[in-house]
Amino acid sequence: MGLTITEKILANASHKSEVTAGDVVFADVDIVMAHDSTAPLAIEGFYEIGKKVFDPNKIVIVFDHFFPSPSVDAARLHQKVRNFVTEQKLPNFFTDGVCHQILVEKFVSPGNIIVGADSHTCTEGALGAFSTGLGSTDIAASMATGKCWFKVPESLKFNLSGSPKKGVYAKDIILNIVGQVKADGALYKAAEFTGDYVKNASVSSRLTLCNMAIEIGAKNGIIEADEKTTNFLGREGKIFKSDKDAVYEDEYELEVDKIEPQIACPPVVDNVKPVTSVEGKKIDQAYIGTCTNGRLEDIEIAARILKGKRIADNVRLIVVPASTKIYLDAFNEGCLQEIIKSGGTVCNPGCGPCVGRHEGVLAEGEVCISTQNRNFSGRMGHPKAEIYLASPATVAASALAGKIVDPRRYL
Amino acid sequence: MRAWKFGNDINTDLITPGRYTITTDKTKLGSIAFIEHRPEFAKEVKAGDIIIAGKNFGCGSSREHAPVAIKAAGVSAVIAKSFARIFYRNAINIGLPVLICEEVDRIDDGDLVEINFETGEIHDKTKNITLKAKPLPKFIQKIVEKGGLVNFLRSEGYV
Repeated sequence: MGLTITEKILANASHKSEVTAGDVVFADVDIVMAHDSTAPLAIEGFYEIGKKVFDPNKIVIVFDHFFPSPSVDAARLHQKVRNFVTEQKLPNFFTDGVCHQILVEKFVSPGNIIVGADSHTCTEGALGAFSTGLGSTDIAASMATGKCWFKVPESLKFNLSGSPKKGVYAKDIILNIVGQVKADGALYKAAEFTGDYVKNASVSSRLTLCNMAIEIGAKNGIIEADEKTTNFLGREGKIFKSDKDAVYEDEYELEVDKIEPQIACPPVVDNVKPVTSVEGKKIDQAYIGTCTNGRLEDIEIAARILKGKRIADNVRLIVVPASTKIYLDAFNEGCLQEIIKSGGTVCNPGCGPCVGRHEGVLAEGEVCISTQNRNFSGRMGHPKAEIYLASPATVAASALAGKIVDPRRYL
Repeated sequence: MRAWKFGNDINTDLITPGRYTITTDKTKLGSIAFIEHRPEFAKEVKAGDIIIAGKNFGCGSSREHAPVAIKAAGVSAVIAKSFARIFYRNAINIGLPVLICEEVDRIDDGDLVEINFETGEIHDKTKNITLKAKPLPKFIQKIVEKGGLVNFLRSEGYV
Protein backbone atom coordinates (compact mmCIF):
# COMPACT_ATOMS: atom_id res chain seq x y z
CA MET A 1 0.00 0.00 0.00
CA GLY A 2 1.39 3.34 -1.03
CA LEU A 3 1.88 6.46 1.06
CA THR A 4 0.84 10.08 0.58
CA ILE A 5 3.34 12.93 0.58
CA THR A 6 2.08 13.98 4.03
CA GLU A 7 2.63 10.47 5.44
CA LYS A 8 6.13 10.32 3.92
CA ILE A 9 7.23 13.67 5.36
CA LEU A 10 5.88 12.79 8.82
CA ALA A 11 7.57 9.36 8.70
CA ASN A 12 10.88 10.91 7.70
CA ALA A 13 10.73 13.51 10.48
CA SER A 14 9.84 10.94 13.13
CA HIS A 15 12.54 8.49 12.01
CA LYS A 16 10.16 5.75 10.93
CA SER A 17 10.15 3.78 7.70
CA GLU A 18 6.46 4.43 7.26
CA VAL A 19 3.44 5.78 9.06
CA THR A 20 -0.25 5.59 8.25
CA ALA A 21 -3.22 7.82 8.95
CA GLY A 22 -4.22 7.65 12.61
CA ASP A 23 -0.72 6.97 14.00
CA VAL A 24 0.56 9.43 16.59
CA VAL A 25 4.17 10.49 15.95
CA PHE A 26 6.69 12.77 17.58
CA ALA A 27 8.37 14.59 14.72
CA ASP A 28 11.48 16.78 14.62
CA VAL A 29 10.54 20.28 13.51
CA ASP A 30 12.64 22.35 11.10
CA ILE A 31 11.03 25.75 11.65
CA VAL A 32 9.09 27.09 14.65
CA MET A 33 7.34 30.39 13.98
CA ALA A 34 5.38 32.84 16.11
CA HIS A 35 4.22 36.41 15.45
CA ASP A 36 3.48 39.47 17.55
CA SER A 37 -0.06 38.32 18.29
CA THR A 38 0.74 34.75 19.38
CA ALA A 39 4.37 34.94 20.59
CA PRO A 40 3.50 36.69 23.90
CA LEU A 41 1.41 33.74 25.17
CA ALA A 42 3.97 31.29 23.73
CA ILE A 43 6.77 33.03 25.64
CA GLU A 44 4.84 32.72 28.91
CA GLY A 45 4.29 29.03 28.16
CA PHE A 46 7.92 28.58 27.17
CA TYR A 47 9.28 29.73 30.51
CA GLU A 48 7.09 27.16 32.25
CA ILE A 49 8.87 24.47 30.23
CA GLY A 50 12.44 25.53 29.66
CA LYS A 51 15.14 28.14 29.85
CA LYS A 52 16.76 27.97 26.40
CA VAL A 53 15.24 27.35 22.99
CA PHE A 54 16.34 24.06 21.38
CA ASP A 55 18.04 25.81 18.43
CA PRO A 56 17.96 29.62 17.99
CA ASN A 57 18.46 29.25 14.22
CA LYS A 58 15.22 27.32 13.84
CA ILE A 59 12.99 29.83 15.60
CA VAL A 60 11.49 32.62 13.49
CA ILE A 61 9.70 35.58 15.09
CA VAL A 62 7.82 38.07 12.90
CA PHE A 63 5.97 41.27 13.80
CA ASP A 64 3.17 41.48 11.24
CA HIS A 65 -0.23 41.57 12.93
CA PHE A 66 0.15 45.08 14.37
CA PHE A 67 3.43 46.61 13.29
CA PRO A 68 4.34 49.44 13.80
CA SER A 69 2.43 49.33 17.07
CA PRO A 70 -0.92 51.16 16.97
CA SER A 71 -1.39 51.38 20.77
CA VAL A 72 0.37 51.25 24.12
CA ASP A 73 -0.93 47.71 24.70
CA ALA A 74 0.50 46.58 21.36
CA ALA A 75 3.82 48.29 22.09
CA ARG A 76 3.97 46.50 25.44
CA LEU A 77 3.54 43.11 23.75
CA HIS A 78 6.19 44.01 21.17
CA GLN A 79 8.53 44.94 24.02
CA LYS A 80 7.94 41.59 25.69
CA VAL A 81 8.74 39.70 22.49
CA ARG A 82 11.80 41.84 21.69
CA ASN A 83 13.16 41.06 25.16
CA PHE A 84 12.69 37.35 24.47
CA VAL A 85 14.45 37.65 21.10
CA THR A 86 17.41 39.40 22.78
CA GLU A 87 17.57 37.06 25.74
CA GLN A 88 17.43 33.90 23.63
CA LYS A 89 19.78 35.42 21.03
CA LEU A 90 17.39 34.65 18.18
CA PRO A 91 18.91 35.69 14.84
CA ASN A 92 15.67 35.34 12.84
CA PHE A 93 13.54 38.30 13.87
CA PHE A 94 11.64 40.27 11.21
CA THR A 95 9.32 43.25 11.01
CA ASP A 96 9.03 43.52 7.25
CA GLY A 97 6.34 41.19 6.01
CA VAL A 98 3.63 38.63 6.72
CA CYS A 99 5.13 35.70 8.66
CA HIS A 100 4.20 33.14 5.98
CA GLN A 101 5.75 35.17 3.19
CA ILE A 102 8.94 35.64 5.25
CA LEU A 103 9.12 31.86 5.77
CA VAL A 104 8.54 31.22 2.07
CA GLU A 105 11.22 33.67 0.98
CA LYS A 106 13.90 32.83 3.51
CA PHE A 107 13.41 29.50 5.26
CA VAL A 108 11.16 26.80 3.84
CA SER A 109 12.61 23.85 1.94
CA PRO A 110 10.67 20.92 0.48
CA GLY A 111 10.31 18.08 2.99
CA ASN A 112 10.45 20.37 6.04
CA ILE A 113 8.21 20.17 9.08
CA ILE A 114 7.02 23.68 9.89
CA VAL A 115 4.93 24.66 12.89
CA GLY A 116 3.63 28.17 13.29
CA ALA A 117 1.47 29.92 15.86
CA ASP A 118 -0.86 31.09 13.14
CA SER A 119 -3.64 29.10 11.52
CA HIS A 120 -2.54 30.04 8.00
CA THR A 121 0.76 28.20 8.42
CA CYS A 122 -0.85 25.72 6.01
CA THR A 123 0.29 28.17 3.27
CA GLU A 124 3.89 26.89 3.26
CA GLY A 125 2.71 23.40 2.30
CA ALA A 126 2.58 24.70 -1.29
CA LEU A 127 6.35 24.16 -1.36
CA GLY A 128 6.19 20.42 -0.66
CA ALA A 129 6.56 20.76 3.11
CA PHE A 130 4.35 19.63 6.00
CA SER A 131 3.28 22.92 7.52
CA THR A 132 0.57 23.45 10.10
CA GLY A 133 -0.85 26.01 12.51
CA LEU A 134 -0.76 25.48 16.26
CA GLY A 135 -1.57 27.43 19.39
CA SER A 136 0.89 29.16 21.67
CA THR A 137 1.44 26.29 24.15
CA ASP A 138 2.26 23.81 21.38
CA ILE A 139 4.66 26.37 19.89
CA ALA A 140 6.22 26.95 23.32
CA ALA A 141 6.80 23.19 23.61
CA SER A 142 8.33 23.03 20.13
CA MET A 143 10.62 25.98 20.90
CA ALA A 144 11.85 24.12 23.98
CA THR A 145 12.11 20.59 22.56
CA GLY A 146 12.43 20.85 18.78
CA LYS A 147 9.64 18.33 18.52
CA CYS A 148 5.89 18.22 18.10
CA TRP A 149 3.32 15.45 18.28
CA PHE A 150 1.00 14.87 15.35
CA LYS A 151 -1.77 12.46 14.56
CA VAL A 152 -0.98 11.45 10.98
CA PRO A 153 -3.97 12.83 9.04
CA GLU A 154 -6.09 11.10 6.45
CA SER A 155 -5.63 12.78 3.08
CA LEU A 156 -8.14 14.31 0.68
CA LYS A 157 -7.04 14.68 -2.93
CA PHE A 158 -8.16 17.67 -4.97
CA ASN A 159 -7.46 16.99 -8.62
CA LEU A 160 -7.63 20.32 -10.46
CA SER A 161 -7.62 20.01 -14.23
CA GLY A 162 -7.78 22.42 -17.15
CA SER A 163 -6.90 26.09 -17.58
CA PRO A 164 -8.88 28.87 -15.93
CA LYS A 165 -10.78 31.31 -18.12
CA LYS A 166 -9.58 34.89 -18.39
CA GLY A 167 -10.38 36.76 -15.17
CA VAL A 168 -10.30 33.60 -13.03
CA TYR A 169 -7.40 33.07 -10.63
CA ALA A 170 -6.20 30.69 -7.90
CA LYS A 171 -8.31 32.65 -5.39
CA ASP A 172 -11.49 31.93 -7.35
CA ILE A 173 -10.58 28.25 -7.52
CA ILE A 174 -9.92 27.87 -3.79
CA LEU A 175 -13.06 29.88 -2.93
CA ASN A 176 -15.03 27.52 -5.15
CA ILE A 177 -13.53 24.56 -3.27
CA VAL A 178 -14.33 26.12 0.13
CA GLY A 179 -17.91 26.71 -1.02
CA GLN A 180 -18.29 23.05 -2.01
CA VAL A 181 -16.41 21.33 0.81
CA LYS A 182 -17.61 23.73 3.57
CA ALA A 183 -15.89 24.96 6.72
CA ASP A 184 -15.51 21.53 8.35
CA GLY A 185 -15.32 19.37 5.23
CA ALA A 186 -11.63 18.57 5.69
CA LEU A 187 -11.49 18.71 9.49
CA TYR A 188 -8.22 17.17 10.81
CA LYS A 189 -7.22 16.07 7.30
CA ALA A 190 -4.47 16.81 4.79
CA ALA A 191 -5.70 18.65 1.68
CA GLU A 192 -3.47 17.64 -1.22
CA PHE A 193 -3.79 19.69 -4.40
CA THR A 194 -2.73 18.07 -7.64
CA GLY A 195 -3.56 17.90 -11.35
CA ASP A 196 -2.38 19.75 -14.45
CA TYR A 197 -3.77 23.10 -13.26
CA VAL A 198 -1.56 22.89 -10.15
CA LYS A 199 1.47 21.77 -12.17
CA ASN A 200 1.08 24.74 -14.51
CA ALA A 201 0.26 27.24 -11.74
CA SER A 202 2.87 29.71 -10.47
CA VAL A 203 4.32 29.22 -6.99
CA SER A 204 2.38 32.33 -5.95
CA SER A 205 -0.92 30.77 -7.07
CA ARG A 206 -0.06 27.49 -5.34
CA LEU A 207 0.52 29.41 -2.10
CA THR A 208 -2.96 30.97 -2.47
CA LEU A 209 -4.51 27.48 -2.78
CA CYS A 210 -2.78 26.05 0.30
CA ASN A 211 -3.35 29.25 2.31
CA MET A 212 -7.08 28.58 2.49
CA ALA A 213 -6.85 24.87 3.38
CA ILE A 214 -7.62 25.86 6.98
CA GLU A 215 -10.91 27.39 5.80
CA ILE A 216 -12.15 23.83 5.14
CA GLY A 217 -10.75 22.76 8.51
CA ALA A 218 -7.67 21.00 7.10
CA LYS A 219 -4.58 20.30 9.19
CA ASN A 220 -2.31 21.06 6.25
CA GLY A 221 -2.52 21.95 2.60
CA ILE A 222 0.15 20.36 0.44
CA ILE A 223 1.48 20.39 -3.12
CA GLU A 224 4.39 18.27 -4.34
CA ALA A 225 7.54 20.28 -4.99
CA ASP A 226 8.85 20.32 -8.55
CA GLU A 227 11.46 22.18 -10.54
CA LYS A 228 9.35 25.33 -10.38
CA THR A 229 9.43 25.14 -6.58
CA THR A 230 13.17 24.65 -6.27
CA ASN A 231 13.92 27.34 -8.88
CA PHE A 232 11.72 29.74 -6.93
CA LEU A 233 13.31 28.87 -3.59
CA GLY A 234 16.88 28.48 -4.74
CA ARG A 235 17.00 25.61 -2.24
CA GLU A 236 16.72 21.87 -2.93
CA GLY A 237 15.39 20.34 0.27
CA LYS A 238 14.08 16.78 0.17
CA ILE A 239 11.38 16.10 -2.37
CA PHE A 240 8.63 13.63 -1.46
CA LYS A 241 5.87 12.51 -3.80
CA SER A 242 2.67 10.59 -3.16
CA ASP A 243 2.72 7.00 -4.39
CA LYS A 244 0.34 6.09 -7.23
CA ASP A 245 -1.43 3.67 -4.90
CA ALA A 246 -1.49 6.03 -1.92
CA VAL A 247 -4.69 5.87 0.12
CA TYR A 248 -7.01 8.91 0.11
CA GLU A 249 -10.12 9.19 2.20
CA ASP A 250 -11.83 11.06 -0.61
CA GLU A 251 -11.01 12.52 -4.02
CA TYR A 252 -12.48 15.63 -5.62
CA GLU A 253 -12.33 16.36 -9.34
CA LEU A 254 -12.54 19.99 -10.38
CA GLU A 255 -12.44 21.31 -13.94
CA VAL A 256 -11.13 24.81 -13.39
CA ASP A 257 -12.16 26.04 -16.85
CA LYS A 258 -15.78 25.79 -15.67
CA ILE A 259 -15.23 28.19 -12.75
CA GLU A 260 -16.41 31.82 -12.91
CA PRO A 261 -15.03 34.60 -10.67
CA GLN A 262 -16.10 33.73 -7.10
CA ILE A 263 -16.88 35.72 -3.96
CA ALA A 264 -17.33 34.68 -0.32
CA CYS A 265 -20.18 36.65 1.24
CA PRO A 266 -20.40 37.61 4.92
CA PRO A 267 -20.27 36.37 7.59
CA VAL A 268 -18.59 33.03 6.83
CA VAL A 269 -15.96 31.91 4.32
CA ASP A 270 -17.95 28.99 2.89
CA ASN A 271 -20.82 31.28 1.79
CA VAL A 272 -19.39 31.35 -1.75
CA LYS A 273 -21.26 32.60 -4.84
CA PRO A 274 -20.38 33.69 -8.37
CA VAL A 275 -19.38 37.38 -8.32
CA THR A 276 -22.18 38.11 -10.81
CA SER A 277 -24.80 37.25 -8.17
CA VAL A 278 -23.76 40.16 -5.90
CA GLU A 279 -22.78 42.68 -8.57
CA GLY A 280 -23.84 46.22 -7.69
CA LYS A 281 -23.33 45.92 -3.91
CA LYS A 282 -21.89 49.29 -2.81
CA ILE A 283 -18.49 49.19 -1.09
CA ASP A 284 -16.66 51.56 1.27
CA GLN A 285 -13.24 49.88 1.32
CA ALA A 286 -11.22 47.61 -0.95
CA TYR A 287 -8.17 45.77 0.40
CA ILE A 288 -5.48 43.96 -1.59
CA GLY A 289 -2.84 42.11 0.41
CA THR A 290 -2.36 39.40 3.10
CA CYS A 291 -0.83 35.92 3.15
CA THR A 292 -3.53 34.91 0.66
CA ASN A 293 -3.01 37.51 -2.06
CA GLY A 294 -0.30 40.03 -1.20
CA ARG A 295 2.34 38.72 -3.59
CA LEU A 296 3.85 40.38 -6.68
CA GLU A 297 1.59 38.49 -9.09
CA ASP A 298 -1.46 39.82 -7.19
CA ILE A 299 -0.24 43.41 -7.10
CA GLU A 300 0.61 43.27 -10.81
CA ILE A 301 -2.93 42.15 -11.66
CA ALA A 302 -4.38 45.00 -9.58
CA ALA A 303 -2.01 47.60 -11.03
CA ARG A 304 -2.90 46.59 -14.61
CA ILE A 305 -6.60 47.12 -13.86
CA LEU A 306 -6.04 50.44 -12.02
CA LYS A 307 -3.50 51.91 -14.47
CA GLY A 308 -4.53 55.33 -15.75
CA LYS A 309 -7.88 55.21 -13.93
CA ARG A 310 -9.26 56.68 -10.73
CA ILE A 311 -10.95 54.74 -7.91
CA ALA A 312 -14.56 55.71 -7.12
CA ASP A 313 -15.27 58.64 -4.82
CA ASN A 314 -15.94 57.60 -1.22
CA VAL A 315 -14.01 54.33 -1.65
CA ARG A 316 -10.65 53.81 -0.01
CA LEU A 317 -8.32 51.29 -1.62
CA ILE A 318 -5.61 49.88 0.66
CA VAL A 319 -2.75 47.82 -0.76
CA VAL A 320 -0.26 46.00 1.48
CA PRO A 321 2.57 44.01 -0.14
CA ALA A 322 3.21 40.78 1.79
CA SER A 323 6.94 41.46 2.21
CA THR A 324 9.60 44.10 1.67
CA LYS A 325 10.95 42.10 -1.26
CA ILE A 326 7.53 42.22 -2.91
CA TYR A 327 7.16 45.91 -1.99
CA LEU A 328 10.44 46.77 -3.72
CA ASP A 329 9.76 44.55 -6.74
CA ALA A 330 6.30 46.12 -7.17
CA PHE A 331 7.86 49.55 -6.81
CA ASN A 332 10.60 48.83 -9.35
CA GLU A 333 7.99 47.56 -11.80
CA GLY A 334 5.95 50.74 -11.35
CA CYS A 335 2.93 48.88 -9.91
CA LEU A 336 2.80 50.82 -6.64
CA GLN A 337 2.99 54.12 -8.55
CA GLU A 338 -0.06 53.14 -10.62
CA ILE A 339 -1.95 52.15 -7.47
CA ILE A 340 -1.09 55.43 -5.72
CA LYS A 341 -1.95 57.51 -8.80
CA SER A 342 -5.34 55.79 -8.98
CA GLY A 343 -6.08 57.00 -5.45
CA GLY A 344 -4.94 53.95 -3.47
CA THR A 345 -3.03 53.91 -0.18
CA VAL A 346 0.01 51.64 0.11
CA CYS A 347 0.92 50.56 3.66
CA ASN A 348 4.01 48.85 5.07
CA PRO A 349 4.38 45.08 4.53
CA GLY A 350 2.46 42.97 7.05
CA CYS A 351 -1.09 41.76 7.65
CA GLY A 352 -2.63 45.20 7.08
CA PRO A 353 -6.29 45.58 8.16
CA CYS A 354 -7.11 41.84 7.83
CA VAL A 355 -7.27 41.32 11.60
CA GLY A 356 -8.96 44.65 12.37
CA ARG A 357 -6.19 46.16 14.42
CA HIS A 358 -4.91 48.97 12.22
CA GLU A 359 -4.59 50.41 8.70
CA GLY A 360 -8.27 50.28 7.75
CA VAL A 361 -10.58 49.31 10.61
CA LEU A 362 -14.27 49.30 9.56
CA ALA A 363 -17.19 51.22 11.10
CA GLU A 364 -20.70 49.89 11.69
CA GLY A 365 -22.52 49.21 8.44
CA GLU A 366 -19.48 49.60 6.21
CA VAL A 367 -18.73 47.15 3.42
CA CYS A 368 -15.25 45.95 2.50
CA ILE A 369 -14.17 43.74 -0.38
CA SER A 370 -10.84 42.09 0.37
CA THR A 371 -8.35 39.56 -0.98
CA GLN A 372 -7.89 38.09 2.52
CA ASN A 373 -9.08 34.68 3.67
CA ARG A 374 -11.65 35.38 6.42
CA ASN A 375 -14.85 37.42 6.56
CA PHE A 376 -16.11 36.59 10.06
CA SER A 377 -18.22 39.19 11.89
CA GLY A 378 -16.04 41.66 13.74
CA ARG A 379 -12.83 40.54 12.07
CA MET A 380 -11.95 43.90 10.49
CA GLY A 381 -13.72 46.17 12.93
CA HIS A 382 -17.34 46.66 13.92
CA PRO A 383 -19.31 43.37 14.09
CA LYS A 384 -21.92 44.91 11.80
CA ALA A 385 -19.38 45.70 9.07
CA GLU A 386 -19.57 43.32 6.08
CA ILE A 387 -16.57 41.63 4.47
CA TYR A 388 -16.58 40.05 1.00
CA LEU A 389 -13.63 37.90 -0.15
CA ALA A 390 -12.47 37.82 -3.76
CA SER A 391 -9.46 37.81 -6.10
CA PRO A 392 -7.16 40.84 -6.54
CA ALA A 393 -8.76 41.46 -9.96
CA THR A 394 -12.28 41.54 -8.52
CA VAL A 395 -11.18 43.80 -5.65
CA ALA A 396 -9.32 46.24 -7.94
CA ALA A 397 -12.20 46.41 -10.44
CA SER A 398 -14.69 46.93 -7.58
CA ALA A 399 -12.56 49.79 -6.21
CA LEU A 400 -12.86 51.54 -9.59
CA ALA A 401 -16.61 50.97 -9.78
CA GLY A 402 -17.39 51.77 -6.13
CA LYS A 403 -19.42 48.57 -6.03
CA ILE A 404 -18.83 44.86 -6.45
CA VAL A 405 -18.32 44.07 -10.14
CA ASP A 406 -17.31 41.19 -12.39
CA PRO A 407 -13.62 41.85 -13.10
CA ARG A 408 -13.76 40.45 -16.63
CA ARG A 409 -15.06 43.73 -18.03
CA TYR A 410 -12.02 45.54 -16.62
CA LEU A 411 -9.22 43.36 -17.98
CA MET B 1 -24.34 23.99 36.10
CA ARG B 2 -26.03 26.18 33.54
CA ALA B 3 -25.62 25.32 29.86
CA TRP B 4 -24.88 28.14 27.42
CA LYS B 5 -25.88 27.03 23.97
CA PHE B 6 -24.15 28.17 20.77
CA GLY B 7 -24.60 27.20 17.12
CA ASN B 8 -22.40 25.66 14.41
CA ASP B 9 -19.03 27.00 13.21
CA ILE B 10 -18.46 29.33 16.17
CA ASN B 11 -15.19 30.94 15.09
CA THR B 12 -12.43 32.45 17.21
CA ASP B 13 -13.34 35.96 16.00
CA LEU B 14 -16.72 35.47 17.70
CA ILE B 15 -15.12 34.07 20.86
CA THR B 16 -12.30 36.63 21.17
CA PRO B 17 -12.28 39.31 18.43
CA GLY B 18 -8.75 40.25 17.37
CA ARG B 19 -9.26 43.84 18.48
CA TYR B 20 -9.57 42.67 22.11
CA THR B 21 -6.70 40.18 22.28
CA ILE B 22 -3.73 42.53 22.48
CA THR B 23 -2.99 41.19 25.97
CA THR B 24 -1.93 38.02 27.77
CA ASP B 25 -3.84 38.93 30.94
CA LYS B 26 -6.10 35.94 31.56
CA THR B 27 -8.62 37.82 33.72
CA LYS B 28 -8.99 40.46 31.03
CA LEU B 29 -9.41 37.75 28.40
CA GLY B 30 -12.09 36.10 30.55
CA SER B 31 -14.02 39.36 30.61
CA ILE B 32 -14.11 39.62 26.80
CA ALA B 33 -15.30 36.09 25.96
CA PHE B 34 -18.00 36.42 23.25
CA ILE B 35 -18.00 40.19 23.90
CA GLU B 36 -19.73 41.08 20.63
CA HIS B 37 -21.41 37.80 19.71
CA ARG B 38 -23.15 37.39 23.06
CA PRO B 39 -22.37 40.41 25.27
CA GLU B 40 -24.23 39.13 28.35
CA PHE B 41 -22.14 35.94 28.50
CA ALA B 42 -19.04 37.15 30.33
CA LYS B 43 -21.16 39.18 32.77
CA GLU B 44 -23.56 36.38 33.70
CA VAL B 45 -21.52 33.17 33.36
CA LYS B 46 -20.87 31.44 36.70
CA ALA B 47 -17.87 29.32 37.66
CA GLY B 48 -18.55 25.77 36.54
CA ASP B 49 -21.05 26.60 33.76
CA ILE B 50 -20.66 24.71 30.49
CA ILE B 51 -20.82 25.60 26.81
CA ILE B 52 -22.87 23.51 24.39
CA ALA B 53 -22.22 23.93 20.68
CA GLY B 54 -22.79 22.42 17.25
CA LYS B 55 -20.15 21.38 14.75
CA ASN B 56 -16.68 22.86 14.17
CA PHE B 57 -16.51 24.88 17.40
CA GLY B 58 -13.47 27.20 17.53
CA CYS B 59 -12.76 27.35 13.81
CA GLY B 60 -10.58 30.08 12.36
CA SER B 61 -7.53 31.58 13.99
CA SER B 62 -4.96 29.66 16.07
CA ARG B 63 -5.22 32.25 18.84
CA GLU B 64 -4.99 30.44 22.16
CA HIS B 65 -6.67 33.51 23.64
CA ALA B 66 -9.99 31.85 22.70
CA PRO B 67 -9.84 28.78 24.98
CA VAL B 68 -7.95 30.81 27.60
CA ALA B 69 -10.81 33.36 27.66
CA ILE B 70 -13.45 30.62 27.94
CA LYS B 71 -11.58 28.94 30.79
CA ALA B 72 -10.85 32.23 32.57
CA ALA B 73 -14.55 33.17 32.34
CA GLY B 74 -15.22 30.16 34.57
CA VAL B 75 -16.45 27.61 32.03
CA SER B 76 -15.76 24.05 33.23
CA ALA B 77 -16.18 22.26 29.87
CA VAL B 78 -17.19 22.72 26.24
CA ILE B 79 -19.35 20.01 24.68
CA ALA B 80 -19.74 20.14 20.90
CA LYS B 81 -20.63 17.92 17.96
CA SER B 82 -17.10 18.55 16.66
CA PHE B 83 -14.20 20.92 17.24
CA ALA B 84 -11.86 22.74 14.89
CA ARG B 85 -8.46 21.12 15.14
CA ILE B 86 -6.29 23.92 16.52
CA PHE B 87 -8.88 24.98 19.12
CA TYR B 88 -9.18 21.35 20.26
CA ARG B 89 -5.41 21.00 20.74
CA ASN B 90 -5.19 24.36 22.48
CA ALA B 91 -7.99 23.48 24.89
CA ILE B 92 -6.39 20.13 25.78
CA ASN B 93 -3.01 21.82 26.21
CA ILE B 94 -4.29 24.41 28.68
CA GLY B 95 -6.54 21.99 30.56
CA LEU B 96 -9.97 23.14 29.36
CA PRO B 97 -12.07 19.96 29.08
CA VAL B 98 -13.56 19.50 25.59
CA LEU B 99 -16.07 16.72 24.95
CA ILE B 100 -17.53 15.48 21.68
CA CYS B 101 -21.16 14.42 21.77
CA GLU B 102 -23.35 13.91 18.69
CA GLU B 103 -26.59 14.30 20.64
CA VAL B 104 -25.66 17.52 22.39
CA ASP B 105 -28.51 19.31 20.52
CA ARG B 106 -30.93 17.75 22.99
CA ILE B 107 -29.65 20.12 25.66
CA ASP B 108 -31.19 23.61 25.59
CA ASP B 109 -29.80 26.95 26.63
CA GLY B 110 -30.29 27.44 30.37
CA ASP B 111 -30.64 23.72 31.20
CA LEU B 112 -28.87 22.51 34.31
CA VAL B 113 -26.24 19.97 33.38
CA GLU B 114 -23.77 17.78 35.22
CA ILE B 115 -20.80 16.04 33.66
CA ASN B 116 -19.12 12.93 34.99
CA PHE B 117 -15.64 13.24 33.51
CA GLU B 118 -14.74 9.68 34.54
CA THR B 119 -17.53 8.05 32.58
CA GLY B 120 -18.19 10.75 29.96
CA GLU B 121 -21.83 10.89 31.02
CA ILE B 122 -23.61 14.20 30.57
CA HIS B 123 -26.73 14.47 32.71
CA ASP B 124 -29.30 17.15 31.80
CA LYS B 125 -31.10 17.64 35.12
CA THR B 126 -33.72 19.95 33.60
CA LYS B 127 -34.85 17.30 31.09
CA ASN B 128 -33.71 14.28 33.08
CA ILE B 129 -31.82 12.76 30.18
CA THR B 130 -28.30 11.35 30.11
CA LEU B 131 -26.05 11.63 27.06
CA LYS B 132 -22.71 10.02 26.48
CA ALA B 133 -19.58 11.82 25.25
CA LYS B 134 -17.18 10.09 22.88
CA PRO B 135 -14.18 8.75 24.83
CA LEU B 136 -10.95 10.71 24.27
CA PRO B 137 -8.30 9.07 22.08
CA LYS B 138 -5.73 7.29 24.29
CA PHE B 139 -2.91 9.69 23.51
CA ILE B 140 -5.03 12.76 24.26
CA GLN B 141 -6.25 11.09 27.45
CA LYS B 142 -2.63 10.87 28.64
CA ILE B 143 -2.16 14.64 28.16
CA VAL B 144 -5.42 15.35 29.96
CA GLU B 145 -4.50 13.06 32.85
CA LYS B 146 -1.24 14.96 33.33
CA GLY B 147 -3.15 18.26 33.37
CA GLY B 148 -1.99 19.66 30.05
CA LEU B 149 0.89 19.56 27.61
CA VAL B 150 3.59 21.09 29.83
CA ASN B 151 3.21 18.48 32.57
CA PHE B 152 2.85 15.72 30.00
CA LEU B 153 6.17 16.63 28.35
CA ARG B 154 7.84 16.70 31.74
CA SER B 155 6.49 13.30 32.75
CA GLU B 156 7.53 11.75 29.43
CA GLY B 157 11.05 13.12 29.76
CA TYR B 158 10.90 15.50 26.79
CA VAL B 159 11.97 18.46 28.94
